[in-house]
Amino acid sequence: MAVEVDTARAPDTPIWLDSRYRAIFFQLVLLVLVVGFGAYIFHNTYVNLERRGIASGFAFLGSTAGFDIIMHLVPYQASSSYGQALLVGLLNTLVVAAVGVVLATIVGFVMGVARLSRNWLIARLAAVYIEVIRNIPLLLQIIFWYLVLGKSTPSPRQSIDVGGAVFLNNRGLYMPAPVFQEGFWLTPVAFVVAVVASIFVYRWARARQMATGQQFPILWTSLGLIFGLPLLALLVTGVPFSLDFPKLQGFNFQGGMVLIPEFVSLAFALVVYTGAFIAENVRAGIMAVSHGQTEASYALGLRPGPTLRLVIIPQAMRVIIPPLTSQYLNLTKNSSLATAIAYPDLVAVFAGTVLNQTGQAVECIAITMAVYLTTSLTTSVFMNWFNTKMALKER
Amino acid sequence: MKKLSLIAAGVALTAIAAGGAQAQQTLEQVKKRGQVICGVSQSLPGFANPDAQGNWAGFDVEMCRAVSAAIFGDTKRVKFVPTTAKERFTALQSGEVDFLARNTTWTMSRDTQLGFDFVGVNFYDGQGFMVPKKLGVKSALELKGATVCTQTGTTTELNLADFFRSNKMDYKVVAFEKNDEVLAAYDSGRCDVFTTDRSGLAADRTKLKSPNDHVILPEVISKEPLGPLVRHGDANWGDIIRWSFFAMVNAEELGVTSKNVDEMKKSANPEIKRMLGIEGDFGKMIGLDNNWAYNIIKLVGNYGESYERNVGEKTPIGLSRGVNALWTKGGLQYAPPIR
Ligand SMILES: N[C@@H](CCC(=O)N[C@@H](CS)C(=O)NCC(=O)O)C(=O)O
Repeated sequence: MAVEVDTARAPDTPIWLDSRYRAIFFQLVLLVLVVGFGAYIFHNTYVNLERRGIASGFAFLGSTAGFDIIMHLVPYQASSSYGQALLVGLLNTLVVAAVGVVLATIVGFVMGVARLSRNWLIARLAAVYIEVIRNIPLLLQIIFWYLVLGKSTPSPRQSIDVGGAVFLNNRGLYMPAPVFQEGFWLTPVAFVVAVVASIFVYRWARARQMATGQQFPILWTSLGLIFGLPLLALLVTGVPFSLDFPKLQGFNFQGGMVLIPEFVSLAFALVVYTGAFIAENVRAGIMAVSHGQTEASYALGLRPGPTLRLVIIPQAMRVIIPPLTSQYLNLTKNSSLATAIAYPDLVAVFAGTVLNQTGQAVECIAITMAVYLTTSLTTSVFMNWFNTKMALKER
Repeated sequence: MKKLSLIAAGVALTAIAAGGAQAQQTLEQVKKRGQVICGVSQSLPGFANPDAQGNWAGFDVEMCRAVSAAIFGDTKRVKFVPTTAKERFTALQSGEVDFLARNTTWTMSRDTQLGFDFVGVNFYDGQGFMVPKKLGVKSALELKGATVCTQTGTTTELNLADFFRSNKMDYKVVAFEKNDEVLAAYDSGRCDVFTTDRSGLAADRTKLKSPNDHVILPEVISKEPLGPLVRHGDANWGDIIRWSFFAMVNAEELGVTSKNVDEMKKSANPEIKRMLGIEGDFGKMIGLDNNWAYNIIKLVGNYGESYERNVGEKTPIGLSRGVNALWTKGGLQYAPPIR
């Protein structure tokens, strides 16, 4: 446009009538108010806690917790500190969230595609699953699965026995635990090497295909690498691990590994629930890809499978990933419903037991919120990165 | 539900943050409100339990009613707020309730670090274990490797860890937030053992599918002096709760009951005269009417009456007085004199 808008202040306008300065002024006022309000709340809280003789500060994180936690991924006992209890709770939250995210994604993709299937029965079944699950509150589902699991499993002495190695009862699923001996380190190293090698093979194969059009069996090669190499390492080092089998002793099984019913039912409920939402995202993503793409793909001679995999899904991903991120965040936050069934997650252990034993509500809730915020932001950052990777590259 | 309690905690924190200089004036607030707000258990037969019409009954509930009687001359001016073991302290700290009468153990950290004042011990208790009879367990020392169900945010959780640690036994603990959840889990076989205060075991046993299939083991593994508590910093309010309780104990010792209190007004015993407000200005000393203790005894009853009515041997809970008998009868209940 040719007309130039003169934003400079005319020499005769007083400063308080100038819109630019006014805008800055109001923002400053707002900032002062927000900061002032925050400071007021902080000060007031501090003074009130002080006057009522309620302890404050973070020193309590170092003192002895004095209670036990049924599931801990790091060493923990009653003589550990509140800080260690925080770590145990956090890891329990992360592990159920991680398992939940992976499985919910698989369930969601399968169900989302199934709902679009041309097979009437499969499409109906998927639709029923999605509609039923999406419309029942998650808390009820968690409690429901917990009760079902509790009622359908026998007591330890009547455990369901699978080959004398795996046992299922109302205390959990007991499995043999590997006990590693010296020399085992080579196997995980071999695994990492195999993964890195697969990535290189993939890059090389793509470059070659781009250049010459020749295909290379990437999938089989990398599967072979990833399974073969560690197996080889294991055999070379003379299988340096043994299995610790669970044995019925006294009240219950001792030894081995156990998945407690609280974990199983929480993870299951989260997967089933979030899977239904992801399925809808997947369906929306696929439907957003114009039908012309499918037709063009068929016209080029691609069969339905490769069409879905190579043409539709990559384009649908653009639509799927942003809501998928929200579902991952929801799943992680929803895992805090764990308290209803005694799964010792971050909220149950830290914002629950520790808060209650120390009475330091302000600190405990603040730490818990900070931890959830950090987890969620990390997930978001990663998913945004993934999203830019998957975005259509215009050539 | 989890979210709800997070929100509740948030609200509570805001209340701590925003609450101004009201620390000294609980009595004034209660009078202005026309109601005392009492934090009780969610449902523990004999101690605090709402019936189908929502009328609360129980030993702890009567402590609340006694305070209402002392202040208003009426036992109905109470609002009962059911709290879980975990929520109760935040509820009191934030001012959501005026005091707690909720099977709460007097411990040093609760009295100091958490910013509370315990006013007395209305029930001397200790922690015990309950197991299904069919396990054939006779002593708590046979519980090696057992799975134990309990409630989070309690002294129970801590004593349990202490007990197994000092006896070098391993165990698994499944800790629920609500007492009913603990019971349901124990009843469904998730755990071999249920542990809480022995009074609580007796009360909770009545809620099991078949109470007679369960035994309470003989060991008492801790001291659980249960009593009402208030926020630290309002000494007058603490005095009101403390002396309401002492009045009930003193009344039992002096033989004053809800039935004979009117005749007792004519008693020649100066201790009774002082308690019932015939002589002296004892009600005024705590900012109440001189009828305060008369009202408690008339409308609620003395300590022994409340005990027998709610948890005594003739009730389904069936607890003998034991250490909770008066000191004159070889027990521990002993109240300082009103003079
Ligand atoms: N005395 C212990 C335990 C108190 C407690 O919560 N007891 C349970 C079981 S006796 C209870 O009262 N539950 C009733 C409810 O949560 O409604 C403490 O103060 O930490």
